[in-house]
Amino acid sequence: MKRGLEGPEPEERPTPSGRRNKQGIRIDPEVEATHEPRRTVISALVEHEPGVLSDVSGLFSRRQFNIESLTVGPTEDDDRARITIVVEEPDPGIDQVEKQLRKLVPVISVRELEPDAMRRELALIKVDATDPAQVNAVAEMYDAETVDSSPETATIEVTGARPKIEAAVETFSQFGIREISRTGTTALARGTDRTAAAESTAQPADEANHGDNYQTADDD
Amino acid sequence: MSERAAEISPADDEQDDDQITDSAAPDAVTEDGTASDAETATDPVTTGAESVVRALENAGVECAFGVQGGAIMPVYDALYDSDIRHVTMAHEQGAAHAADAYGIVSGEPGVCLATSGPGATNLVTGIADADMDSDPLLALTGQVPTEFVGNDAFQETDTTGVTTPITKDNSFASDSDRVGSDVSEAFALAGAGRPGPTLVDLPKDITKGETDQEPDDPKVPDTYQVQERADTEIVEAAAERIENAARPVMLLGGGVIKGEASEACREFAIEHEIPVITTMPGIGAFPEDHELSLEMAGMHGTGYANMAITHCDTLIGIGTRFDDRLTGGIETFAPDAELIHVDIDPAEISKNIHADYPLVGDAETVVEQLADAVDESPDATKWRAQCQQWKSDYSMAYDAPKDEPVQPEFVVEALDEATSDRAIVTTGVGQHQMWACQYWTYTEPRTWVSSHGLGTMGYGLPSAIGARIAADDDQEVVCIDGDGSFLMTLQGLSVAVREELDITVAVLNNEYIGMVRQWQDAFFDGRHSASDYGWMPEFDKLAEAFGAEGFRIDDYDDVAETIDAAIAYDGPSVIDVHIDPDANVYPMVPSGGDNGQFALAEDQL
Repeated sequence: MKRGLEGPEPEERPTPSGRRNKQGIRIDPEVEATHEPRRTVISALVEHEPGVLSDVSGLFSRRQFNIESLTVGPTEDDDRARITIVVEEPDPGIDQVEKQLRKLVPVISVRELEPDAMRRELALIKVDATDPAQVNAVAEMYDAETVDSSPETATIEVTGARPKIEAAVETFSQFGIREISRTGTTALARGTDRTAAAESTAQPADEANHGDNYQTADDD
Repeated sequence: MSERAAEISPADDEQDDDQITDSAAPDAVTEDGTASDAETATDPVTTGAESVVRALENAGVECAFGVQGGAIMPVYDALYDSDIRHVTMAHEQGAAHAADAYGIVSGEPGVCLATSGPGATNLVTGIADADMDSDPLLALTGQVPTEFVGNDAFQETDTTGVTTPITKDNSFASDSDRVGSDVSEAFALAGAGRPGPTLVDLPKDITKGETDQEPDDPKVPDTYQVQERADTEIVEAAAERIENAARPVMLLGGGVIKGEASEACREFAIEHEIPVITTMPGIGAFPEDHELSLEMAGMHGTGYANMAITHCDTLIGIGTRFDDRLTGGIETFAPDAELIHVDIDPAEISKNIHADYPLVGDAETVVEQLADAVDESPDATKWRAQCQQWKSDYSMAYDAPKDEPVQPEFVVEALDEATSDRAIVTTGVGQHQMWACQYWTYTEPRTWVSSHGLGTMGYGLPSAIGARIAADDDQEVVCIDGDGSFLMTLQGLSVAVREELDITVAVLNNEYIGMVRQWQDAFFDGRHSASDYGWMPEFDKLAEAFGAEGFRIDDYDDVAETIDAAIAYDGPSVIDVHIDPDANVYPMVPSGGDNGQFALAEDQL
């Protein structure tokens, strides 16, 4: 406090011309470059063992990755489960999500799905059944099924890509929605393209699709 | 060992007649003159706990640090018959730090043990410390019997749950036949690829349970894959960038030391005359007395290192994760530099600073790849001259007038002077740690043992214990500690005395939490809230109460002589060094600041 070291003062020192943005990327000082977040689906094949879901969800919360939904279920192989995660992050963040996921020992492979991948979620929507005919008509519109009905309520099951579910929820709201339960997105790559194979080395985010079009050709 | 086995066997109620015959057998076998080691290895395991200990033996573990307790008792019982040296620590935090330091100095995973509940939670700080610094560490924790798990049983904690965020991997043992292999795998994982801490939670029924299954050899699981060699195309591109660089700098991180790449980096830097900076964990990767060395960059790095890193046009970062204490504000970090980043962990690439040339692979292998690919040295004569100029402009000189209190820098230099080049320095966390970085001249890897990423006060003494056990006999171990830091784990003195460990602790005592005081002076109007430690014990007397040798330094006349006596003392000694209470650490880059704008004195902050 009373002393210090000798040497030129800060203002007497040369300063370089360049600059980096908050993501550590060198940028033109004249231009403010930011990466806008985009929404994407990441699929991870994992060992089907206790604790793996908490490993994955814990990773997301402690690294502050912005997670939209997370689903998990068994696969064709009894020893393996598939976790489907929808995230909304800028590209460097998506890249980190994949790399950090891949570091977890029970994780076998990770990849970001192409925009044309099949994505589905399921929703159960319980509405007031004051006008059953009208409810049925709307359900038909969305290829939905009435799975429970009572004098006062009807519960409809609807599956599809997220925009369809959102639209269905909005349309059903005219009847008065009592409760909704949704599963979050599950997804598979199209055709012979493997979603997440054991030997797959997932591509880095900057090679993967950058389109922000979440809707797919197969949204019904 | 066999003596102990002979003593215990007849008294052990749980062993049946066959086993007693078995343990008596080695004595009979000696008649053919075979070494007793071979006999131990052939004794079949009978319990999960024996399998755990056998796994450690197979892995080559020579020493483990821990504290006994209810749920871990079966493992300790099995250790009783093993050649593995066990050091009983005074607190589990110390066990984790000692094992961590053992791992740093030896390069092999250090092993620590604790019981369930409070034993396991006391390890947490040390495990988190190892995680932040990528130190190889295996923690074995006792757990309540499986049938009680989840019932809030006595001394139960969800240890795998608690440690998931701070371990590379952890597991809950659920099968006596598999528990030994679980431990083998955890040991292999701790040291593989990017090292880190692993943990196996051991329920008491699993370790007590009968088994005849020998553990598998240490092997990482198939899902854990490490890339050794970097992509050839990127190596070529990076090599070209280096050849054309006007202002190149190498930045060596802790990964250089962990990857045994120090020698390859030295050769590369010297052949191509590239100035070298280290991070704090990278200290020792390059000899600091070499002309090309600019020492450490970052918050309390040298002025010349920070000028060089700020003005370079090509930054070759090896085994570093670009921690915020190194980079300062991201926007102003090496703003003109293209980054060549070598790391074994792909997740470190472009995590904090975007890498223009990402080279994923083992540090030594990739540096050799680079060395093969670079044909021409960069033309950087002017740049090197500039770096030398900065070295003299911002020299790490200090005043030590005889009529003023002892300056800490002087003490660190005197300790360095009194010891060999291979001496190992361990530290706590605080001002003393920074002086130990700045004023000790490190020339060898694995001679700097400190808590970097987590910044754990209290790390110094227990890590000196682990370092001492891993070090060669002719290497001195010096713990440079602060009064606040030492006070947190000084119960470890009882361990050092009991184990007759030759350690010299120099407590740079200013009766402050000095680094906090320094920040309060700079950023909180000098309001010394809870940083003034005016109630410090007399550490020399306290050392003597523990059975160690105590020394005290009050003025310059005592320094050299006292240090010589303390180093010469064959056993643990503590020097209570009363330093200038107002001494602060410079240079300093304020948190998130511009490295090139480091302050040389308080009025520049």
